[in-house]
Amino acid sequence: MEAYVFYLFAFIIIASGIAVVTMRNIFHCALMLIFCLFTVAGLYVLLSAEFLAVVQVLLYVGAVAILMIFAIMLTSRLAGREVQLSNEQTFVGGFLALVFALGIFYAVNATYFVPSDAVLGRENSLAIGKLLMTEFVLPFEVISVLLLAALIGAIIIARREGN
Amino acid sequence: MEILELAWIFEWLNENLLVPIVGDGEFGILVRNLILACSVFGLLSLIALCLVWWERKVSAHIQQRFGPMMTGWHGILQTVADAVKLIQKEDIVPALADRKVFFWAPVICFVCAFAAYIVIPFGDGLIVSDLNVGILYIIAITTFTIISLMMAGWGSNNKYALLGGMRSAAQAVSYEVPMALSILGVVMVTGSMSMQEIVKAQSAWYGFHWNIFFQPLGFVIYVIAATAEANRTPFDLPEAEQELVAGFNIEYSGMKFAMFFLAEFVNMFTVSAIATTVFLGGWNGPWLPSWFWFLIKTLGMVFLFMVFRWTYPRLRVDQLMEFAWKVLLPLAFLNILWVGLYEEVFSKW
Repeated sequence: MEAYVFYLFAFIIIASGIAVVTMRNIFHCALMLIFCLFTVAGLYVLLSAEFLAVVQVLLYVGAVAILMIFAIMLTSRLAGREVQLSNEQTFVGGFLALVFALGIFYAVNATYFVPSDAVLGRENSLAIGKLLMTEFVLPFEVISVLLLAALIGAIIIARREGN
Repeated sequence: MEILELAWIFEWLNENLLVPIVGDGEFGILVRNLILACSVFGLLSLIALCLVWWERKVSAHIQQRFGPMMTGWHGILQTVADAVKLIQKEDIVPALADRKVFFWAPVICFVCAFAAYIVIPFGDGLIVSDLNVGILYIIAITTFTIISLMMAGWGSNNKYALLGGMRSAAQAVSYEVPMALSILGVVMVTGSMSMQEIVKAQSAWYGFHWNIFFQPLGFVIYVIAATAEANRTPFDLPEAEQELVAGFNIEYSGMKFAMFFLAEFVNMFTVSAIATTVFLGGWNGPWLPSWFWFLIKTLGMVFLFMVFRWTYPRLRVDQLMEFAWKVLLPLAFLNILWVGLYEEVFSKW
């Protein structure tokens, strides 16, 4: 049962991923991206990582994707127009994608996955919170500072354009 | 009162009717979940129908009218008649609409309105699935409502609809932040995001150890942000009639419009149920069965939202944004500071 669900999700993720880069209407592309990211959250649920799944939906669908759609909506000249999908760098891009895919394939092959019988506790989000506040507090804080810097940068860029 | 607990009845039905027929293997669990989904769906559709009628009655009495009176006792069947009328209507799609997006927008809106009920505790043990990330799950799943409104705005190929969709997205993204922060205060006290745990943590004092008494500021922030999330007056800019004719759903008619309309009322019930669970002690209460307490508190919250709608004027767009970022957000941080102080200092005296 779990294997079937996994293959179903995997198929949807790959199909919608291809749709994101091949569809002609940029708004449809964004919706397909949302679909893809949401299905990835489904995979996390399958792995009993509910916290990760919910955060995936909250951040990628709820924030990133909505901002993208917002930007598309504000660029009114895109409305109803089909965008060109490829440019003269098709071959370079294709080559890079191939290299990247091979790299991932190699990395997955080279890793030995240890099978484990451990049952994930009901309180795994509690454990994540504790780890973030004790062992990984430094990386956590560094990322917060980085996000804050990005936020301030965005505001400064927006203000300059306003004047 | 034990006998009136619905959880007990469901348990009995499950053991004596369902398990002998479908077993308790994978197939049995699938069938049981399907039945659960259908019953939650049916119950909420019924509640939404009643809320539509109630809203019309409340608005009428606030404006010194009677409201619907002709169909059934005090017009109680009016919504049913309206629903039948909407089903019969022709399904009109604008000529230049983006057909697929136009079709999927009400579907997504409708489905996501119901998806939140997986983790709402209707009573003691009456919960579809007690996820350990319960409250966060609801906040995440409601973002799909925003996406569906944006899809409706884009797919209709109409200026008013597009403006409505964009307004709804901007508003929902802004008000999500103070809403999540106000709930965070309760999660800090409870030490869990599970909805049942949050309710159980408020069961002291004969069921009156409510979070609202310790975090009144958090409750006020939540109610304001929830009104905005549910797109209701004074925050109903996505569908402001005087400015946008009807907003994001201007091109929708018939059953598709009914789906948006019903989803709106289900959403209002959802935010009321969350307010009940998180701040008003959930199903805790003396004498009466737990599901009855839940209904009383939730419908009380719904009534509050209805009174808001019919007594307050609408905000302007710039006021809306300023209020979210310059007033609600600092207050939400203040609430978190207060909760931390209370937990660490005052409660230990």
